[in-house]
Amino acid sequence: MNIKKTSYIYLLIAFLIALSCSDSSDSNENVVDNFDRQTILENVTDNIILPAFDDFNPKIAQLKESITQFSISTTLANLETVQELWVDAYKSWQHLEMFNIAKAEELYFLQKMNTYPTSVSRIENNINTNNYNLDSNNNNWSAQGFPALDYLLFGLADTNSETLIFYQNDENLAYLNYLQAVASQMLQVTDMVHQDWILIRDVFVTSSENSATSSLNMLTNDFIYYFEKGLRTNKFGIPAGVFSGNNTRAANVEAYYNSTISKTLALEAIEAVEGFFKGQTYNSTSTGESLKSYLDYMTDNTTLSSTVLMKFSDSKLLINTLDDNFVNQIVLNNELMIDVFNKLQEGVVLLKTDMLSVLSISVDYIDADGD
Amino acid sequence: MINSIANYFNKQSSAAPLAVFRMFFGFLMFISLVRFWSKGWIESLYIEPSFHFSYYGFEWVKPVGLYTYAFFIICGISAFFVAIGYKYRLSILIFFLSFTYIELMDKTTYLNHYYFVSLVSFIMLFIPCNAMFSIDAISIRKSYKTVPKWTIDSLKLMLGIVYFYAGITKINSDWLLNAMPLKLWLKSKYDLPFIGHTLMQQEWFHFFMSWGGMFYDISIPFLLLFRKTRSIAFVLVVAFHITTRVLFPIGMFPYIMILSTIIFFDSNVHYKIIHFTIKILEFFKMKTDNLKLSFSQVNHYKVWNTSLLIIVVFMTIQIIIPLRSLLYPGELFWNEQGYRFSWRVMLMEKKGNSVFKIVNSKTNSFFYVNNDDFLTPVQQKQMSFQPDMILEYGHYLGNHFKSQGHQNVAVFVESYVSLNGRLSQQFIDPSANLMELKDSFKHKFWIKPLNDEIKGF
Repeated sequence: MNIKKTSYIYLLIAFLIALSCSDSSDSNENVVDNFDRQTILENVTDNIILPAFDDFNPKIAQLKESITQFSISTTLANLETVQELWVDAYKSWQHLEMFNIAKAEELYFLQKMNTYPTSVSRIENNINTNNYNLDSNNNNWSAQGFPALDYLLFGLADTNSETLIFYQNDENLAYLNYLQAVASQMLQVTDMVHQDWILIRDVFVTSSENSATSSLNMLTNDFIYYFEKGLRTNKFGIPAGVFSGNNTRAANVEAYYNSTISKTLALEAIEAVEGFFKGQTYNSTSTGESLKSYLDYMTDNTTLSSTVLMKFSDSKLLINTLDDNFVNQIVLNNELMIDVFNKLQEGVVLLKTDMLSVLSISVDYIDADGD
Repeated sequence: MINSIANYFNKQSSAAPLAVFRMFFGFLMFISLVRFWSKGWIESLYIEPSFHFSYYGFEWVKPVGLYTYAFFIICGISAFFVAIGYKYRLSILIFFLSFTYIELMDKTTYLNHYYFVSLVSFIMLFIPCNAMFSIDAISIRKSYKTVPKWTIDSLKLMLGIVYFYAGITKINSDWLLNAMPLKLWLKSKYDLPFIGHTLMQQEWFHFFMSWGGMFYDISIPFLLLFRKTRSIAFVLVVAFHITTRVLFPIGMFPYIMILSTIIFFDSNVHYKIIHFTIKILEFFKMKTDNLKLSFSQVNHYKVWNTSLLIIVVFMTIQIIIPLRSLLYPGELFWNEQGYRFSWRVMLMEKKGNSVFKIVNSKTNSFFYVNNDDFLTPVQQKQMSFQPDMILEYGHYLGNHFKSQGHQNVAVFVESYVSLNGRLSQQFIDPSANLMELKDSFKHKFWIKPLNDEIKGF
């Protein structure tokens, strides 16, 4: 190719670039982008986040109410009601933990609701001194939320009747007060985060651009973060001892004092993860636009998204083979816990490398030039 | 033949291009450093991390705590002095040393255009960029109208090498036949006004940009070289780099390249820039009589033969170094042996996830490392897919845990990498004890081969 020819081609290129930069109306007509990312945000917000809050918030309110009832009348029936409602709410919580965004992030919703293992010494200390602030003192994250209730409802004695005797003892009135304080705090924070979601909904769903602070990028990053830390590390890795030289740490199992529900919680969590990825409406089977459909659009096929979904279902299968009680499982055969961890790690790889590559979503905390 | 070579090296040419180049280069570097500081990157990239990735042979170059700021101050001041041509030789020497030191402190921040800046400032050590229109020329009351032509040509050659290799390395099957990784990157720019939802989503546009970029890089040095195509070439340079600026987070690089290519123009263009600069200064009520004198005398600058020799050797090395990847077996994009310092720019979308396992080789008990405990997010991102960094970090972890009293420490890595949209696959042999491996220029046999072939350079 001679130089004159090449230069004409370049002129043409420059012309085209200039044209495409300055003009839109003409080219818009026949060329349509067939994927609107805002629909992901709308689906996730309207069909997952808000319904999950609509489910969770009343459950927390009921839980708080039942604790008030229990403190008025310390009967076995009332204790059992509190315990049942605690389990219900804890399961529902698994669907919200990954959305550590906006008000939730600002108020440390996640830390206040579910920092485990809970610190027994701090709880006891708070109760004994009767001088504590659950709201602004970070040290008290481990002395409130579901794990603190776990200890106060199941950890004070071996049986419910003994627990009841404990609370009926007037000397332990402070425990009853603390129980109420923790529940009030949970309801208060939940109310605030829930109300904020309703408030910001319209703004939130329009922020679909590809930037560090856009809703879509934050959701995606939080989702991956939750999958890696909240699910893989906290529920399996740490208790199974993979970060501590094979020294298992059963006390780090979620809901340690009522650990018969630990598998139930883990399964809820992976359902939540899967549902978010598929854009599945909360408590329903219908699906909408999601990271999955976005991935399919970007890759022009479903290979990657189905590989991801397969990892989720493989993980579920493995979790289902575990004892309902992870504490038992760790003592009995910790290898199976590690197997789940490894399977989830395969999911982490797919989400962090393959998915982020394809979506070209920048990781929110990285800020530097490229070349 | 020998005569014509000797003739070439004796040829004189206007000194104006060097003066203008010096001015632009110095100011851009000054701005770059101020920008770098103002974004808080000195803190986040050099002071915060407790561990730094070193270049082979330069392990002694490390950030020095808060004194690291001193390097940036010195570098910034010297860049400013270069721009105004004050004690030029010393200033450019200090600039070259301080800038290069900064770049060598941590491999994590390697960028081709930082390397380019180091190389250009090295060349500038040996050529008289202060011959005219400089404070030096004012203070010795002597300016030079001409300098040896090769001094200007050395900068042109350097730019030519960068563009040409950047183009040649785009000749590979991923780039040309699959429009990768541009396809992924452009598609994700859906939020650009007007073109985001339309042009950026079109497959033909991804191919158009891939092929266009390749042709642009390869031919631009030649188009700039010939007078007839020069103006068009410059328009293309501006258009191309502005486009990349809009699309990608590449900082100051586009501006550096745009202003650098002005060196290809004739001296009258450079005189115009000089006169324009004076007008600006006069607008700010500065006295410019002495400055005008600093480019009006008729002297001819002589350059030492040693300088010429150094530049010739240097240029030869620059032509060879980008080709060193040919000496290694395996897939270059995957193994990255000979990938740096070879003008491979924006060729890969590569992401990895590397989890390190510390094993007691006697008892086989193990634990995984939480990378957050040792590396910043930027470091983790870079380390996860670059074999030499994985190895260096592995050694660091091994030694760290040894010093913590762990026994029989062996370090393994479970590393998965995804390249240009391929499904991720295992990257490093998971049975390789990193503590037993040494980094060298030899082939890294412990990298698992890519299950695919990328044809081309």
